Amino acid sequence: MCGINIISMEKNMKNTISTLAATALLASTTSVSAGEVEVLHWWTSGGEAASVNYLKDKLSDAGVTWTDFAVAGGGGENAMTVLKSRAISGNPPTAAQIKGPSIQEWGELGFLADIDDVAKANDWDNLLPAVVSDVMKHNGKYVAAPVNVHRVNWMWSNPEVYASAGATIPTTWDDFMVQAKKLQAAGFVALAHGGQPWQDATVFEAVVLGVGGADYYNSAFVDLDMDALNSSTTLEVFETFGNLRQFVDANSPGRDWNVATSMVIEGKAGSQIMGDWAKGEFKVAGKSVGTDYVCTAAPGTSGAHTFNIDSFAFFAQSDASSTEAQNIMAAEILGTDFQTVFNLNKGSIPARLGVSRAEFDTCAHDSMDAFVSASASGSLVPSFAHGMAMSSAVGGAVTDTATNFFNSDQSAADGVAQLVASVKAAM
Amino acid sequence: MLNFLEKNLPKIVLAPTTIVMVVCMYGFIVWTGLLSLTKSRMMPQWDFVGLDQYRRLFANPRWDVAVDNLFVFLILFIIIALVLGLFLAIFLDQKIRAEGAIRTIYLYPMAISFIVTGTAWKWILNPGLGIEKLMNDWGFVGFEFRWLVEQDMAIYTIVIAAVWQSSGFVMALFLAGLRGVDENLTKAAKIDGASTVQLYWHVVLPLMRPVFFSAIVILTHIAIKSFDLVQALTGGGPGYASDLPANFMYTFTFNRAQIGLGASSAMIMLFGVLAILIPYLYSELREKNHD
Amino acid sequence: MTSLKLTKYNIGRAFIYLILLFFAFLYLAPLYVMFTTSLKDIEEIRSGNLMALPIDPTFYAWKKAWSSACTGSECNGLAPYFWNSVRIVVPAVIISTIVGAFNGYVLAKWKFKGSEFLFGALLFGCFIPFQVILLPMAKLLGMLGLANTVTGLVLVHVIYGVAFTTLFFRNYYVGIPTELVRAAKLDGAGFFAIFRHVFIPLSAPIFVVTIIWQFTQIWNDFLFGVVYSGSGTQPITVALNNLVNTSVGGKEYNVDMAAAIIAALPTLAVYVIAGKYFVRGLTAGAVKG
Repeated sequence: MCGINIISMEKNMKNTISTLAATALLASTTSVSAGEVEVLHWWTSGGEAASVNYLKDKLSDAGVTWTDFAVAGGGGENAMTVLKSRAISGNPPTAAQIKGPSIQEWGELGFLADIDDVAKANDWDNLLPAVVSDVMKHNGKYVAAPVNVHRVNWMWSNPEVYASAGATIPTTWDDFMVQAKKLQAAGFVALAHGGQPWQDATVFEAVVLGVGGADYYNSAFVDLDMDALNSSTTLEVFETFGNLRQFVDANSPGRDWNVATSMVIEGKAGSQIMGDWAKGEFKVAGKSVGTDYVCTAAPGTSGAHTFNIDSFAFFAQSDASSTEAQNIMAAEILGTDFQTVFNLNKGSIPARLGVSRAEFDTCAHDSMDAFVSASASGSLVPSFAHGMAMSSAVGGAVTDTATNFFNSDQSAADGVAQLVASVKAAM
Repeated sequence: MLNFLEKNLPKIVLAPTTIVMVVCMYGFIVWTGLLSLTKSRMMPQWDFVGLDQYRRLFANPRWDVAVDNLFVFLILFIIIALVLGLFLAIFLDQKIRAEGAIRTIYLYPMAISFIVTGTAWKWILNPGLGIEKLMNDWGFVGFEFRWLVEQDMAIYTIVIAAVWQSSGFVMALFLAGLRGVDENLTKAAKIDGASTVQLYWHVVLPLMRPVFFSAIVILTHIAIKSFDLVQALTGGGPGYASDLPANFMYTFTFNRAQIGLGASSAMIMLFGVLAILIPYLYSELREKNHD
Repeated sequence: MTSLKLTKYNIGRAFIYLILLFFAFLYLAPLYVMFTTSLKDIEEIRSGNLMALPIDPTFYAWKKAWSSACTGSECNGLAPYFWNSVRIVVPAVIISTIVGAFNGYVLAKWKFKGSEFLFGALLFGCFIPFQVILLPMAKLLGMLGLANTVTGLVLVHVIYGVAFTTLFFRNYYVGIPTELVRAAKLDGAGFFAIFRHVFIPLSAPIFVVTIIWQFTQIWNDFLFGVVYSGSGTQPITVALNNLVNTSVGGKEYNVDMAAAIIAALPTLAVYVIAGKYFVRGLTAGAVKG
């Protein structure tokens, strides 16, 4: 590992020189070939693929060749395997889709490139909200560029379903149970859900925030305070989460999230708890927001914002032209053009300030407003179901506990015990 | 010099394989063994912590599930594939018309990767799309087949799919074995008045011993590596109810940044194989040398 | 009396045929589902029955899967990856088969002290879960300068294929009478001459078995392919996985299924065309443990 650190220090020196060149290049928007970026990602579905293509075109205008290295499946599991193998063989890609605390873990090992000069030249410190830029930095230096901010605590509902069952869209978990019973009585599936571990964790996370509030969320699931984890609030969380089992149809295990979304679209189910990427599915189906579908905050979480930031981390390169291309890519990602197009496609909101709101829809506006107000009120929290809050080891342990609990008839007390034990073991 | 070369030619021919084997099999096993004694997380790091990772491993409920599943899977898969393969081979050996076509049908699943058939299997086993819906559409209203989505039963769907994939190959092995049986032997038994069942049980089956050996070795090999099967069919779910050790190891090593823990699970898997296989290989190979 | 016997015999035969056909049906079901789905359009898949025949068969999905479906941000279908796989599989199969033949020859007929032990050790090597060797192998390939190259991937396949090819050849060659070797030696033939003139001519069946086995294993490999290939040299299984997970505007199950069958065609063809020789090859000795 020492060897790698030394190499990356050398690279940093080179970086400084080539960044100046890169910024100059950008300024003159030349089309002279400026090297190649090999980008490892697992954005292969729906709007994601279209967004990646847009970035690819942007870079090729700037003279950078994009070599696509897509590894789909398993929520990035295969992609991470590839990344680790390539890093260990000394041949990492130029950039890879990594996010949250994982960026720190990679940085710790000395694999990441310092792109601080690009960031300085483009004033990232003022463009990015502190919650975003903190994640992108390692030891105070930028090593990654954010592409978006997702809000995870959304509930997508079909108003017609609710109307025909004589129910109203709930805003608290207690009310959810009442309304869900009505939906069920009318023959609908109350909660459209795909029983995959990360989806179970997504719902669990919404329950944690809705039942416990932001302070509890932060101390138990971000700071991993054992007293908070092993508290009566956690018990209440598990009870509520357990109550949801009855509102999910029996065929949900293994279902993809977008299949669950289509249950809401087709009027078979009332609501789905899912991040804002679900919006793309409604759009593809030609549905319009407000009439065909409604986006509201997950029960009990209005005003709060569970954020999930996608980003590209940059790996230290051995040749100057790659570093140069890397810098151009970093600058391009933060450009207003890319941030607008990418986020319109993906359903998320721009990670930087100063992007026009005009083109975005009401759900996105809600998300933007919630981001600002939650940030002020302290209820802006990182999504642990999407790897923003904890190391991947602890995050995995929480996901395991949630998914095992939801798919069994484990009691709430046992759920709490397993949560505490497995978090301790993974720390 | 030339003489030396001539004399040691067999060893020289085997040398590259030996070197590669020592490095890429046993060397890597040792590497993994050492890694399992470190606290490595994201990437291999050589801070040794003793048997800490093994303690964590055995305290992990998900690992328990994976190990239990492996036993269920291994035993059921091998027995069902052997029995089914044997019976199909015996039936197919009765001078059947269109034998070639039927044999190809039995054999083809072996040719296809589970990355390919996984989706089809998911549909067939899914209650809302597959067999259950089909039977309901056909008028069998109460029919239920929902193992795929039941926590206790999901592992059996893995068994079904694995048997489907491999039993044809076992059939081919047995068929080959049956074709190799000396006809005079079976004729003699028939003259002695043995019934068909007696003939197969007392005369033919004992002759199939080497086939059993090959089949068991190959099936164990397949079972231990049944990784894509789980990945494609259940993704380890519902929850983590259908996880196998290979999937556990993969997830923890590559996705959970717990390489040390992953390595310790890999070592346990290897020891498991060792414990089952070595005595078996030893006794079988030994006996043959005495023949 | 005879007529009664005949009926009993006939019932037995009918029973056997029934069982065989029943299982043939079961084995074919997944392929049937895949194939019929690939010929339906999306609307029909959504509304119709899984087992129903396509009402209006179309090859749209096949064309798209081969030449224009998206795998990540590239939309060139499976075609380029198909050829990548060929470039990986052909050398890997040839090399691992040849090495296996020589190894098997030595282990069967030129035993030396420790050769049996070596064989046992190699056999055990077949059982290493491949997930274990991913990282150390990556490091080794990096050191050799072969990381993420086709050559590196071929090498990996050869290394982990040789255990099986050796096993096949060794078991086959054990069945060839040692007298033949002795006689040839008396005639003054050496190590290679005996191999070429005595063993190779007898080896056709086992070559068939080994090549089929290796071809299937390597063509179907996903794990090594995804980890050790570079961008642009990914094999077809990796592309298929990307394709199935790529959906631009709704999932096209028919394209997924067509792509899956395309990815499986070469191995299917090998089994259908050479399956006869496969069983014959096994009969000829490969199963004699």
